[in-house]
Amino acid sequence: MAAAALTGLTLAAAREKLRAREIGAVELTHAHLEAMAAARDLNAFVLETPERALEMAAAAGRRLKAGEALPLDGLPIAVKDLFATDGVRTTACSRILDDFTPTYESTVTAKLWAAGAVMLGKVNMDEFAMGSANITSAFGPVKNPWRAKSGPSAGKDLVPGGSSGGSAAAVAARLALAATGTDTGGSIRQPAAFCGVAGIKPTYGRCSRWGIVAFASSLDQAGPIARTVEDCALMLGAMAGHDPKDSTSIDVAVPDYTAALKRGVKGLRVGIPKEYRVDGMPPAIDALWRQGAGWLAAEGAEIVEVSLPLSKYALPVYYIVAPAEASSNLARYDGIRYGLRVPGEDLVDTYEKTRAAGFGAEVRRRIMIGTYVLSAGYYDAYYLRAQKVRARIAADFRAAYEKCDVLLAPATPSAAFALGEKQDDPIAMYLNDVFTVPASLAGLPAMALPAGLSPEGLPLGLQLVGRAFDEETVFAAAAALERAAGFTAVP
Amino acid sequence: MSIDHATVRRIARLARIHVPEDEVDRLGAELSQILGFVEQLGEVDVAGVEPMTSVVDAVLTLREDRVSDGGDAQKVLANAPERAEDFFVVPRVVE
Repeated sequence: MAAAALTGLTLAAAREKLRAREIGAVELTHAHLEAMAAARDLNAFVLETPERALEMAAAAGRRLKAGEALPLDGLPIAVKDLFATDGVRTTACSRILDDFTPTYESTVTAKLWAAGAVMLGKVNMDEFAMGSANITSAFGPVKNPWRAKSGPSAGKDLVPGGSSGGSAAAVAARLALAATGTDTGGSIRQPAAFCGVAGIKPTYGRCSRWGIVAFASSLDQAGPIARTVEDCALMLGAMAGHDPKDSTSIDVAVPDYTAALKRGVKGLRVGIPKEYRVDGMPPAIDALWRQGAGWLAAEGAEIVEVSLPLSKYALPVYYIVAPAEASSNLARYDGIRYGLRVPGEDLVDTYEKTRAAGFGAEVRRRIMIGTYVLSAGYYDAYYLRAQKVRARIAADFRAAYEKCDVLLAPATPSAAFALGEKQDDPIAMYLNDVFTVPASLAGLPAMALPAGLSPEGLPLGLQLVGRAFDEETVFAAAAALERAAGFTAVP
Repeated sequence: MSIDHATVRRIARLARIHVPEDEVDRLGAELSQILGFVEQLGEVDVAGVEPMTSVVDAVLTLREDRVSDGGDAQKVLANAPERAEDFFVVPRVVE
């Protein structure tokens, strides 16, 4: 097969062809390594690992030949630079980690390698996963492979979304069959939507956080980004599962997510949260949302309007809770045990100089917000109040799920915007996550998938949010939407 | 909520981040903007609401009390900015 045909395969199709010996594992990995080399201007990869990839592919090839194929044997994927990879530099795209090279492997990536997947390299992201445009990376911004055909952004480089911007761009540009991502407030779903690919944040506790650089521990979850719903199901099946090394990972069986894809939506109650109809939403997104409900209704789902009254408070809650947890998690970067050290006059001066030089502007800003809301005299007014409102937001979802089985909403309030836009206004940037943050606060599984194009020719995504640990219903509804939408556009 | 010069200095000190004098006021304005945005939470009635401490209903389990890892100084020290034998070297803290 020609190289372009190989990189154009879905993960599921490549899996079948490898097993049928129609293509070889080394050939498949090689095609991706070539595509990566040809697309370096996207800046999707911050570290390519071709030798390791070819070694892993050769080993997979031997197993496939012997008829001992592992679940993801020989499938080349990209890894967000937030996952610790043994012997492979891991930086969270921050200067403060310098050339940190872990001596251990994150649980999620270890499970992927145990399933036979092939590591192509580490992909770009916002520094410490803090951002919605992949512009805070110490390695520079990632370009979205899509271009607007008309409108004010026509001809300009667009952002891929963030924080998993490198993951989404690499998958959209056919540089990897799939990628790992992490989602704290929308960091899988928003970039997936901006790049016209699919991504799922599973229920909090579904994937182990062990070995993932921590941002906000009560929100962080790993999940896959891939080009189809089925590919996400295959990936998540390998990534999920209980891990004694993460006390918040939940000990429940991981179902066969691919089996759920064929369930259909007959009789499924799909909730439309009326508060998500926000002012200033582009007409194309509103129309796509209605169209999505129409598609599911045509497949036999029952559409019901539901209310999530406190939705508008989700972002302000998030911008207290996430920075508070980040300020605590990022206290470990002190220049003593690993990473950057900038020598100072004494110990405190060394800490302060190291952290000033090592953290970028957005990370410094969030650490300081977090420090402030946790400081004496302000804890109750900010942090405690936010955690109470968060409890009420979670209660809103529970009430909604008495009337429906899954929620349908837009993934983002706009299509991808041009590089440089919204850069100087943190609040405007935070509003990107208005539709994704609520499910994060409540710990619920949520998936974004491409469903249409904006008038400017850019992908738009829809989002499905399920009950805790009910990824299967999310996958069933997403598969039905995907079939109806028939999204075949490519960058 | 407006974050003044002295407050920025205090937060920066608590966060152990050096902030040059000419950046203090700009940072204060940015932090004030974000705190102004989150202030709307004051509108929400939270009387009698327990703060969320765990996202999913789960009880933290205790691990079996046995050594499962450790004893590998070389791995622990592999990324140290400065080391001597099996120790991290830190700036002098006692004169």
